[in-house]
Amino acid sequence: MIRVRAPFLPALLVVLAVVAALPLAVNNNSLREELFLMFMLITLASSINIIMGYTGYVSFGHIVFFGLGGYFAFYLMQNFNAHFLVAALAGAIPASAIALVIGVPILRLRGAYFALATIGINEAMRTAINNFEPFGGAVGMFFNFSVYDTYGGARNAALLAYGVMVVVALATVTTSYLIRRSKFGLSLMAIREDQDVGIDPARAKVVAYVISSFFPALAGATFFFKNGIIEPGVAFDLLRSIESLVMCVLGGTGTVAGPIVGAALYEWLRGFLITTPALANFQLFLAGLLLLVVVLFVTAGLVGWLRNRYPVLRAYIQ
Amino acid sequence: MSVDALVPSAIDGLMLGFVYGLAAMGLTLIFGVMRVINLSHGPVIALGMFVVYVLFTGAGVNPYLGLIAAAGLGILFGVAIYFVAVDRIINAPELTTLLATYSVNLMIVGVATSVFTTTPRAVDISLGSVGGSGVTILGTHAVAVAIAIAGAALLYAILFRTRIGKSIRAVANNRAAAELMGIDSRRVLALSFGIGTSLAMTSGALLSTLFSFTPLSGATYEVKSFVIVVLGGLGNPTGALVGGIVLGLLEGVSTVFIPVSWVPVLEYVIFIAILLVRPTGLLGARA
Amino acid sequence: MILQVDAVTVRFGGLVACDAATFAVEEGEILGLIGPNGAGKTTLFNAINGVHRPRSGRIVFRREEITGLRPFQVARRGVARAYQVVRPLNDLSVIANVTVGACFGRENLSLRAARTVAEEVLASLDLADKAEVPAGKLNVAQKKRLELGRALAARPALLLADEVLAGLNPQEVSAMLAVFRSLRERGVTVIMIEHLMHAVMNVCDRVVVLDYGKKIAEGSPQVVSSDPKVVEAYLGDPKAAQRFLEEAT
Repeated sequence: MIRVRAPFLPALLVVLAVVAALPLAVNNNSLREELFLMFMLITLASSINIIMGYTGYVSFGHIVFFGLGGYFAFYLMQNFNAHFLVAALAGAIPASAIALVIGVPILRLRGAYFALATIGINEAMRTAINNFEPFGGAVGMFFNFSVYDTYGGARNAALLAYGVMVVVALATVTTSYLIRRSKFGLSLMAIREDQDVGIDPARAKVVAYVISSFFPALAGATFFFKNGIIEPGVAFDLLRSIESLVMCVLGGTGTVAGPIVGAALYEWLRGFLITTPALANFQLFLAGLLLLVVVLFVTAGLVGWLRNRYPVLRAYIQ
Repeated sequence: MSVDALVPSAIDGLMLGFVYGLAAMGLTLIFGVMRVINLSHGPVIALGMFVVYVLFTGAGVNPYLGLIAAAGLGILFGVAIYFVAVDRIINAPELTTLLATYSVNLMIVGVATSVFTTTPRAVDISLGSVGGSGVTILGTHAVAVAIAIAGAALLYAILFRTRIGKSIRAVANNRAAAELMGIDSRRVLALSFGIGTSLAMTSGALLSTLFSFTPLSGATYEVKSFVIVVLGGLGNPTGALVGGIVLGLLEGVSTVFIPVSWVPVLEYVIFIAILLVRPTGLLGARA
Repeated sequence: MILQVDAVTVRFGGLVACDAATFAVEEGEILGLIGPNGAGKTTLFNAINGVHRPRSGRIVFRREEITGLRPFQVARRGVARAYQVVRPLNDLSVIANVTVGACFGRENLSLRAARTVAEEVLASLDLADKAEVPAGKLNVAQKKRLELGRALAARPALLLADEVLAGLNPQEVSAMLAVFRSLRERGVTVIMIEHLMHAVMNVCDRVVVLDYGKKIAEGSPQVVSSDPKVVEAYLGDPKAAQRFLEEAT
């Protein structure tokens, strides 16, 4: 749609792939762990951008799909000895099916009501699973180490998880880009502005919502596979949900690069805050302050600000 | 639990409902006047708890006097939050105000956990109990209900019997028109935020006399407030009070029949159901 | 007869916004829809393109009943609407905005084909030089042209133009009227809600007048403008209407 002179997507994917390969090349485990987290955040932020940035629907409780994907996959691995890759996909599908089922009714709601409903859904899921014995109830589920033998040991499993997370992040970013450049994406943006054009808005919104639920589910499966333990509070952590919103806003909603920049920045900042002992206690306070500053003064996010300030970049940065 | 426990449990829930309702009134007032969902609501409730705690343990101040301090501080604090975080973006889309108030949430929780840590605190007062025929009502509960009702009555008196209340209702109804009639809507918005925060802090102050708490306790009550506000209709203070009573009653009654851990699930399901079926709430939203 | 509005009544609670409005629109004509503020003109548009469901009455477009259809369904059948309050996609370029209209109109075009259509439309509206500018940066008059462009890009058979001339200077108004005339030449039917009387007189083939939701006059612009009921509706006082007409003749 928007004529892009430079091949944005390939360039972006190459950059991300190179970054991903870095810790493997230098055999640095802690860097790999950090990047694992960052690619996960990129996935979450980009997914939320698909529903929020393009359609304008603020899914506050989006993390519910992360948790559902995690739980379904974990259950399959735990009880059916499913291979991780199979379990992840097999777990993401019911998670997205649930997105379809709840998406239809709640996407009829507007603005604040929709946001509240998504919080309600996440919390309902969390408290329900808290009581659900097959999923371990309040205690959750955990692997015994022998599970990792199929993959050649815990270290190999961690590497596998890392690789998968990178692939999932790249897939999310690619999907986000394709949507933005497509007729479908255009229709989402038209819906956001309430234009009545010849597409069924209800259908388009639900499709966007389902797509945006798939990748967090995969990310959840991967995250909990690597951790070897899953519990309701961690799986359905509302704070993490809001963090992905923050990252999206920080970098710039409605753009492809925005969530990536936001995720990277946020994670760097958090890492910095945790490791500086004096600031550790104030981590939350500073996070809040940063968010407030961004919300008040840099409303279009960093990428958005860049595009506005230097219009020539518009063609190069999506 | 047996059915014998039903009546005392219901009464207990009902009484708590008044306290929840008070907090919810604050949340719904802010939404009704300026269409902002105040995500700092929870931590503010916790702040109310800690104001009473600090005054009680530090200076021996009676919790109910500490409550007055909490209420007063609430107004000042709310006005401050308004000018710092909300005023500049009052006309922005919902996401912006949601995130702005959420940032205040993070800041309050951040500071509070730094200062007070997550050790549970309590305000130990005992006012004996009243009772008979199997039903015992704790003195603290009774006083909490009385103060909650008084608080609600005060809010109504302000909203419907004073000029400032009229301005608030005017701005809630139509901000532009109110400005045209000479009302400084910015001041009204700030004051409304202050009143909303004050109600939340007062509710927290009351809760401190009933349960133990940490800086993170506000989260549970914040969610309850959301459920109540949706139940009663966004922007409708009467609805919030009634919704609070209904929720409290529901909690009290349901714990008799279903395990305690299922009660939140029930609440959330009702929450979602109301949003889907009757988003204007049981009593109808205002504005 | 491309559109038949038959005893359409739209109510909002106790308020009757449209009261048994009945009229027909011939294919290829430009019909003016006028009346004082609050007469129900925009509500009538809302009923036609599906934003509000009429309480009673029928709307038939090209021999198919479209009463109560959802806006996107009406749009797909070839009815486009240019709104009074323009809300373009501010972050997207002008051409992207118009392409939205082209993509989802009567024909289900691919992005490439839609963009070609968009380019033509922009050229016809003298916005071609602003094609890559973000829509948010246009001035009001340009935004209104953009809004019209979005509607036209859908290649409608019927265009509902809601006060597209408001806020334009005389040159801009003439330019827009020329666009409407060229639409008529291409066989597009237009219903225009307007307050600019000389524009209505200038370009409309027929005029329908609404007051308090009811149709009070219908006919050629000349006939309607000298109808005492119409003058009274705008001026409010029958005696003043009388005096005005006497002075005019």
